[in-house]
Amino acid sequence: MPDQVVTVHDFTKRYGDFTAVDSVSFEVHKGDVFGLLGPNGAGKTTTLECLEGLRKPDGGTLRVMGVDPTRDPHRLRNLIGVQLQTSGMPDNITVREAMNLFSAYHGSAPRFDLLERVGLEGKLATQYVALSTGQKRRLQLALAVTHQPQVVILDEPTAGLDVQSRVELHKLIGELQAQGVTIILSSHDMAEVEKLSNRIAILLQGRIVAQGSPRELTAHGAGLTKISIQTERATVSELTALPGVTQRSARDGYDIYFTTDTAATVLTLLEHLKAQGDTLIDLRVERPSLEERFLEITGGKEVVS
Amino acid sequence: MTAFAHHFSFEFRAGLRNRTLLLLNILFPLGFFLLGGALMTGVNPAFKDTLIPAMIFFAVLASTMLGMPDALVAARSAGIFRSYRIHGIPQLSILAMPALTTLFRVLIVAAIMIVLAPPLFNAPLPVNMGGLLLAFLLLTFACAGLGLLLGVVSPNANTTVMLAQAIFLPSMLIGGLMMPSSALPDALQKIALLLPTTHAMNIANGLGYGMETAIDPYVSALALVAGGLLATGLAAYLFSWDQDHETRRGSPWLALIALLPYALMMIVQFVG
Repeated sequence: MPDQVVTVHDFTKRYGDFTAVDSVSFEVHKGDVFGLLGPNGAGKTTTLECLEGLRKPDGGTLRVMGVDPTRDPHRLRNLIGVQLQTSGMPDNITVREAMNLFSAYHGSAPRFDLLERVGLEGKLATQYVALSTGQKRRLQLALAVTHQPQVVILDEPTAGLDVQSRVELHKLIGELQAQGVTIILSSHDMAEVEKLSNRIAILLQGRIVAQGSPRELTAHGAGLTKISIQTERATVSELTALPGVTQRSARDGYDIYFTTDTAATVLTLLEHLKAQGDTLIDLRVERPSLEERFLEITGGKEVVS
Repeated sequence: MTAFAHHFSFEFRAGLRNRTLLLLNILFPLGFFLLGGALMTGVNPAFKDTLIPAMIFFAVLASTMLGMPDALVAARSAGIFRSYRIHGIPQLSILAMPALTTLFRVLIVAAIMIVLAPPLFNAPLPVNMGGLLLAFLLLTFACAGLGLLLGVVSPNANTTVMLAQAIFLPSMLIGGLMMPSSALPDALQKIALLLPTTHAMNIANGLGYGMETAIDPYVSALALVAGGLLATGLAAYLFSWDQDHETRRGSPWLALIALLPYALMMIVQFVG
């Protein structure tokens, strides 16, 4: 497709005998916010670091705006903006010096307006070591986009941020997307990825096990609908068999059912209430969240980026 | 301002803000100059004849061997090089900046010593300042190269200290700084040729103070140039952006090649 910005084909990366990423392929199109999800050790950061040119792939091809990150890392630098998961800055560098230094190496004018945008306008003379974790993350994000890259790669961008900063960051990502910037995002926050991304790939043990839009991913699960019901006397708990129900649980005063036959399950529940003279407090019919779909795919493995 | 100028400006100021570097580059050498100058000239009055080059070369040694490698290892371990890499900061800048800013700081310290040594300790100025300057620049080049190389090949802070001390301590003891090489036993005089300070003192004595030297000062100059070039080249070759050294191009043992010019000098002396 002509608007492909990132292409990864049959990409493999090994560390000694351990295969961290195994024949992974995906594409990211212009203006996409592409979410990479996966449990600890799934290969997300390895994939991103190979795209960034920080690591060499052992097989397959990776291209960012047509550039091979391994062969032409210098050309890549001004095309992409990166916020690494683990990186640092000199302790003694001030916010102003960092902006000046990195902008100069990108050949662009320093963007102090971005520092204002991420709430660091009053910290220009503050040394990096004196910034809070959240402030450090925000500075790194501002530095990642200061040269107006066409592709932005964010590895755990909201880790360590407070609620307000997360909201600001989400806004910034939205603005970048509106400007046509392509964003690749790795996060352990399912709600964040579901909210921000228009396409998602789920990595498990170095392989992509699911790929698509958040709606596609949740719809292509086991085809289950989640029904949550709360009644005054909780009489539905007495029901032992319901049509289409494959799993049931209880949480926060709700009885929760996962069913393949939504209409039959809801009707049976309501008929039971009427027969028992119980009163309905709340009834919710929902598609499973991305988190539930993720846990279903990964078998409930811990989600840490 | 160019990127290089921004980088230099930042590194120089950061070196003054960083207490460890401030101590190792400026305060420690100046303190040693004042204290050592008073004590050593009291114990051994002849020491004053070589006090200026000895103290300046001590400052070079402290800054390059004790200050530079550890800062490089710490920066790599903290992921600073990764940040630099994604922002397009070249490896050349990462290696050149500490060396250049160290040279600049040591130059200031050397100037202070040259001004203070005659009135404080009655130490003579060199008859040929150019000879001393040549020795200073060549020693800084050679030691900065070694400092960079140690920072590049050393896996952690503990190893850095050990490797740096393996050069620093012998240089202090037998490298001509605390006593003239001619006062050492014959075998030690030859072994001392493994140390850059021995050659720098040889150049300073021969070309700066017009003394007779056992080895031609220009041969010593050649050894320092060759040692500096090899060490710097190897530091660039063995540089790695990451703590896992995935991008390193060769075995860290290759660093030993940097000692080849000094080893050759020593072997020639033993054989001769």
